[in-house]
Parts: sequence; structure tokens; C-alpha cells
Amino acid sequence: MTKSTLIAAALAAGLLALHAGPAAAQSKWGPGADDATFQAMLKSSFKDNGIAKTARLTQDETQAFCSTPDNATDPAAAKKREAIEAANLATVKWPSDGKWLGDWKEGEKIAQSGRGLTWTDKAEQVNGGNCYNCHQITAEEISHGTIGPSLHNYGKLRDRDEATLKATWVRIYNSKSVNACSNMPRGGHMGIIDETQIKHLMALLLDPQSPVNK
Amino acid sequence: MHRLSTVLAAVCVAATAANAIGAEKDAALQGIDAYREALQDGNPAELFELTGEELWTTPAGPKNAALSASCDLGLGVGVVKGAYAQLPRWFADTDRVQDLESRLLTCMETAQGIDPKPIIAASFSKPEKERLVALATYISGQSKGIPVSVKPGHPKEKAMYDLGQRMFFYQAGPHDFACATCHGQEGTRIRMQELPYIPSTKGAASGWTSWPAYRVSNGQMWSMQTRINDCFRQQRFPEPVYASDVTIALSMYMAANSNGESMATPGIKR
Ligand code: HEC
Ligand code: HEC
Repeated sequence: MTKSTLIAAALAAGLLALHAGPAAAQSKWGPGADDATFQAMLKSSFKDNGIAKTARLTQDETQAFCSTPDNATDPAAAKKREAIEAANLATVKWPSDGKWLGDWKEGEKIAQSGRGLTWTDKAEQVNGGNCYNCHQITAEEISHGTIGPSLHNYGKLRDRDEATLKATWVRIYNSKSVNACSNMPRGGHMGIIDETQIKHLMALLLDPQSPVNK
Repeated sequence: MHRLSTVLAAVCVAATAANAIGAEKDAALQGIDAYREALQDGNPAELFELTGEELWTTPAGPKNAALSASCDLGLGVGVVKGAYAQLPRWFADTDRVQDLESRLLTCMETAQGIDPKPIIAASFSKPEKERLVALATYISGQSKGIPVSVKPGHPKEKAMYDLGQRMFFYQAGPHDFACATCHGQEGTRIRMQELPYIPSTKGAASGWTSWPAYRVSNGQMWSMQTRINDCFRQQRFPEPVYASDVTIALSMYMAANSNGESMATPGIKR
């Protein structure tokens, strides 16, 4: 791709905003740029604190790919995105007992909690799902973020069939299998939340009794 | 350090009173109430500015030197007016790009003979760190209303900007977060907290030009180093070393992006 078609594609994708910084023209992304300096900076600039160790700075393939912001939408990177989605889909573990839905009341608590995995958290504590940080979920909870779409009426707006159950499970377990560079954490894949917690969240979104669907 | 502890005590009492009044409300509303209250009485950051000014002008350390008589923040020895608005920048004596706090550590080491290591290692609630934050608050106040003038020109400044930009988008950790996850879109929120879109001039400025800031929700004075540290915590990253290159690179990215906007330091936040 030539530079001008790239720029045109970026414009078409509404990406212009990403190039707003004054020195963006000289930006250096990804491998081959100033890798050695960047790695040296990471090494000298971070320290272990509690459960948050410097090993966390090592990226997996998905993280490395998505750290070049244009890769999220650049048409030239579409094939690679598909490959990343497939690799992430292959990690999904389905419910071990064939049951999809837990208790929506427990799900609400998990959605409310943003705890876990920072250097002020303990290894043995139960992690939250962080869901309200990014999503509207029930209508009652007005303190919700807007990084993700509203999930209010999530179950009401969808067919009650196996396809919906599977799609929702995949999304919560590993959102990068749906959208390679999704901003949503890979709850199950990264071990942030466990199978039981995912079932409770499934119920929060899909149980007809859940306030999400009333 | 009597002065600092008196100031801190006063601030704590104020914060506790605000909490008692708002006890029944949820945390977000409580924060807003306390914020309004604090604005009525002026910004408590002023108290930290006084402490910082005293620290700047009083001789200290094994060499018994005053920073005001020995420290060059980029505009000449002892010059504080406008100094914060042109940082971070490259310094010839260290051959490094430095932000305010890393520069202060250099001055304390070379002019006053104070070992920076224990200061770097100390947590933000320790007196060593509180002194740095007070100094940063005072110096930032001397740039209030002055436009940011950070235009990477020196090759090391350009390199630092690029490193900062790359770091801003660097995803890692259990949540796959980068700064950009939370500050990479226009007009988003986490819960009720609005998130500036830092790649834009306005978004970068809303962050860069208002820290150090007094945080009403916890009654603490936070410098930009504290702010970045806490965002890395929320990002589930390991802890950034105080005044390390990654913090300077991100500061360079934010400062250069907000070039031309007026400093509003010290700020006051929820
Ligand atoms: C840091 C932000 C973030 C967090 C935390 C988050 N999400 Fe998401 N979520 C998103 C974004 C952004 C999308 C939109 C699609 C995309 O970009 O992949 C999304 C999409 C979804 C969807 C699909 C919506 C649709 O209309 O298809 C579901 C379901 C969902 N999230 C559930 C959850 C649950 C449950 C949790 C908590 C365990 C959660 N999310 C936590 C950001 C987040
Ligand atoms: C998981 C979410 C998250 C991540 C990741 C994150 N931040 Fe933040 N950031 C926030 C929130 C929430 C606030 C508002 C905080 C408050 O009011 O206490 C904030 C505030 C800020 C501010 C002050 C903005 C203002 O207008 O006062 C700056 C500057 C900032 N962040 C920079 C960064 C940088 C640099 C990084 C990457 C190292 C980063 N953030 C990563 C959530 C995040």
C-alpha cells in the first residue's frame, strides 16, 4: 500500500483523530522502530510490587499486534486480525457441566466489583468483572462507564437460543475472539474471573428475571 | 517539617468533615459535594505551595544549599516563573530529558548532597515524597496562566516523545490495558469519571495543565508522578519507578500534545 492510499483508508475509517498529536508524523510504531530503546526503558522503569510483577510487561501476540493502534481498523491488517480472533477463539473453555446460566444476583455483584490484580490487591482475593466500569447494565445503576455499549435489555433484544448463549459466553470468556483489538478484557482466558462467575454474569445478561431484561 | 505536618493535619480534618456530611450519599456525589465545598474556601493546594516555597528557599542537605540559589529548571538558576510550563526538556548537564520531579532530584543530589535513592524508593505517603510533591506544587503555581511551551526539538526530546507515544498505546497485563484503553477515545467515562482523550490537544491539556492537583476525594496533594503511578496501578501494570524514563516519556507526550494551552496549576480534582 502506498502512503496516500493508507492515509485515505485511515480517513475513511475515521481514524484521523489518532494522528492529531503534533509530532505524530514522526511516530514510530512496532517492531523495527526504536525497539531496543523502548525495551530498555521498560526494563529500567518498572519494579515488582506485590502481585503486579514486571513479567506482566511481556506481551502476547494479541497485545503486541493491538499496540499499533492502526491495526485495529487498517484494511491491510484484516487477515492478521482474523488469525488473532481464531487463535483467541481456540482458547475458549465451554461450561464443564453443560449449564450456561447461574444466579443473576451474584452476577450483579461481580459486575459491580472492579477489584483485583492491581498491586494493592492480594492474590487470594476474589476478582470482580469490572463490567460497570465500561457498560450500562441495569437501568437502576446510573454510575456506569461508556467505553463499551449499553447492555441494558441485552437478553430481551436477542433470540433465546443456543447461538446467543454461545456468543455471549465467548464474548465474556475471550472478547478478542470476536474483535481482535477489542478494549474489553479477556475475563476467562486471562483468569480474571472463573467459570462460575461467568455463569452468574451470563444470568445477569440473559435471565428473564434479571433487572437487565425488565 | 512542622509546617508540612500542620498543613496535612488541617487538610485531613477538612476531608473528614466533608465525609461526615456526605456519609449517606454514594461516593460519586460525595466527591462532588466536597469539591464544591473546597472551592468555596479556595484550593487547599495553596497550603502545599507555601510549604514548597519554604523548601525551595531554605538551605538543606549535607551541603546546606538552597535550591533557589543552585537549581536550574531550564530558565536559569533559581528561576521558577514559567519554569514548569517548559518542562519536560533536555538538560545539557545531565544529557537527559527530565520532568520537574526528576530535575528536582538532580538538584537535590548535586547541590544539596542528598541521596535520591531513598526518595525514589519511598511510597507517596512518606515525608520524603511529600516534600517533592510540595516543591512541585509550588513551582507549578509559578506557571499558572502561562502557555505550555514544549516543542520537542533536541533529538533526545523527539525520541522521548516517540517513546511516550508508543508507551501510551502499549497493551499488556491481565486486562490487556494500555493508557489508550481509557484515554484513547473522545467522550468516554469509567463509571461517572470523565476520561480525557489524551492524543488531542484539549484532552492532553485537561490532564497535563492541571496537575499537581489537590484530590478532594482522598484529601491528598498529587503530582503528575503520583497521577501516572495510580493510572498504572489501575492498568494492572507493575509499579513505575518514581521519576523513571517511562514516566518522563508519558509526560513529554502529554506536555507536547498540550503545547500552547495555559497552565492551570495547581489544580483541584474530585
Ligand atoms: C475496559 C472496558 C470493558 C470492560 C471492563 C468490559 N467490557 Fe464488555 N465491551 C467493551 C467494549 C468496548 C465492547 C464493544 C465491542 C468491542 O469493542 O469489542 C464490549 C462488548 C460487550 C458485549 C457485547 C455487546 C453486544 O452488543 O454485542 C458484552 C455481552 C459485554 N461486553 C459484556 C461484558 C461483561 C459481562 C463484562 C464484565 C465481566 C464486560 N463486558 C467488561 C468494553 C468492556
Ligand atoms: C483502567 C483505566 C485507566 C487506565 C488504563 C489509565 N487511566 Fe488515566 N485515568 C483514569 C481515570 C478513571 C481517571 C480519573 C481519575 C480520578 O478522577 O480519580 C484518570 C485520570 C488521568 C489523568 C488526569 C486527567 C485530568 O483531566 O485530570 C491523566 C493525565 C491520566 N489519567 C493519564 C494516564 C496515563 C498516562 C495512563 C497510562 C500510563 C493512564 N492514564 C491509564 C483511568 C485510567
